[in-house]
Amino acid sequence: MSSLFEIHDLLVLRDGHPVLEVDLLEVSKGQVLAVVGPNGAGKSTLLLVLARLLKPARGQLRFAGLPLDALSDLAYRRRIGLVLQEPLLFNRSVFDNVAAGLRFRRIPSDQVTKRVLVWLGRLGITHLAKRPASKLSGGEMQRVSLARAFVLQPELLLLDEPFTGLDNPTRLALLDDLGGILQETGITTLFITHDLSEVTRFAHQVAVLLDGRLQQCGTPGELLASPCNEAVAAFLHAGA
Amino acid sequence: MELPEIGDVTLLSLQVSLLATLLSLLVGLPTGTWLALSGFRGRSFFLGMINTGMALPPVVVGLAVAMLLWRSGPLGNLDLIYTPWAIVIAQTVIAAPVVTGLTAAALQQLNPRLRLQLLGLGASRLQMVLALWQEARLPLLAALMAGFGSVISEVGASMMVGGNIRGQTRVLTTAIVLETGKGEFNRAILLGVLLLTITFLINLALTWIQQQGARR
Repeated sequence: MSSLFEIHDLLVLRDGHPVLEVDLLEVSKGQVLAVVGPNGAGKSTLLLVLARLLKPARGQLRFAGLPLDALSDLAYRRRIGLVLQEPLLFNRSVFDNVAAGLRFRRIPSDQVTKRVLVWLGRLGITHLAKRPASKLSGGEMQRVSLARAFVLQPELLLLDEPFTGLDNPTRLALLDDLGGILQETGITTLFITHDLSEVTRFAHQVAVLLDGRLQQCGTPGELLASPCNEAVAAFLHAGA
Repeated sequence: MELPEIGDVTLLSLQVSLLATLLSLLVGLPTGTWLALSGFRGRSFFLGMINTGMALPPVVVGLAVAMLLWRSGPLGNLDLIYTPWAIVIAQTVIAAPVVTGLTAAALQQLNPRLRLQLLGLGASRLQMVLALWQEARLPLLAALMAGFGSVISEVGASMMVGGNIRGQTRVLTTAIVLETGKGEFNRAILLGVLLLTITFLINLALTWIQQQGARR
C-alpha cells in the first residue's frame, strides 16, 4: 500500500530544546494511524507539523509522493482536514460553521448547501442547522467540528484528541459514528489520543510517542504482543 | 448664533468627526490586528506606546499638528492650518491609538488556537483575519464607538488647528467654548444638548448593530 504521508528524520525545537524527534513515520493511503502517548509526549506538536502550522528544525516530509515543499502552505492545507481538541466553533449558525471551509475555497453556494446538508445528516445534526454554535452541548459541538472537516473531503484528516472532556456515553456514540464514517469514506487519518481504548476501535497502525520521541509503530496487536522497550510496555499496559 | 449657523456647525462637526473616525479605523484596524497576531520582539513596548496614545491630551495633539501644519512648518506648504482638514488630521491622531489599542485587545482575547483552526480549514491569511474580525465584531464595534466618542467631544485640538473660524472651522465643541466665553449660557447649553443628542443617536445606532451581532 502506498504512503500518503512520510516523515523522515524530523526534529522540532522549542526554545532551542528538542520537543519531538521522529526517525521515520509513514501513513498509508486509506489507513488510520493512531498516535498515542501521555500528555506532553509531543503528539499535538506532530499534528501541527503535519498541518504545516509549525515549522520543524529539520526533516523531510513527503505528501502524495512529493516533497511537502512542492506545495504552498495554503494549497496543502486545502487538501487536509483538521479537528482540534476544543471544537473552536465560530460564533455563527451550525450550518455556517460547517460551510466555512468550503466558502474559504470559494465553492459555489448551491454545492456548499448540498454538501453541508449531506454531512449534517451523516453526523445526525440536521435539526441543529440553524442553531447558534454557542447554544450547543459539548457532544453536538464536536459533531459540528467533525462535519466541518469531513465536508471538505480531505485527502488526510488530522484529529487531535477530539473526544477529550466528553462524558462517556457521548464519547462512545461519537467514536462509533467516526469509526463508521472512516470505514465508509476510506479517508487517510492521523488520530491523536492518549486513550488506548479509542485506538483499538478503528486504528490500523499505532505509533507510540514518549518523551518527544517516536518509540514504536505497528499494528495494535504487534504493539501489545511485542513492545520495543519497557517504557512502551509500561505505557501500553497502563492504558490497556 | 442663528439657526442656520447652528445647522452648519453641526454638519461640519459630524463631517469632520466621522471622517476622522473612518481614517482612524483605516489605520487602527490593520495596525491593531498586526500587533495582536504578530509575535515580534518589542511588541509589548509598542503596545504600551499605543495604550499611552489612547490617553493623549487633545491639546498636545493640537500643538504637534499645529507645528507640522504651521506656515513655516514641515507641511506648511500644504496650506491646511485653520481648515477643516487640519481638524480631521488632529482628530485622526487622537482616535487612531484608541482604535488600534482596542482592536489589539479585542483580537488578543480570542482563543489563540482559533487562528490554527482557521488556517487548518484552508483559510488564506486574509480570510483568517476577516474571520477573526467577525468573531471579535462586538469589541471591534466598541472600539469604533470609543474612537468616535474621543473625537466628537474633543475641543482642544479643534480649537488650536482649526482656529474656530466662523463659517469655516467652527464645530460644536469650539462653538460651546465661544458662547460660554461670551456669557451666552443658553446658547452654549443648546449646543451642548445638540452635541449630546448627536453622540447618543450615533452610539445608539452602533449599539443596535452590535447587539444584533450578539444575538446571532
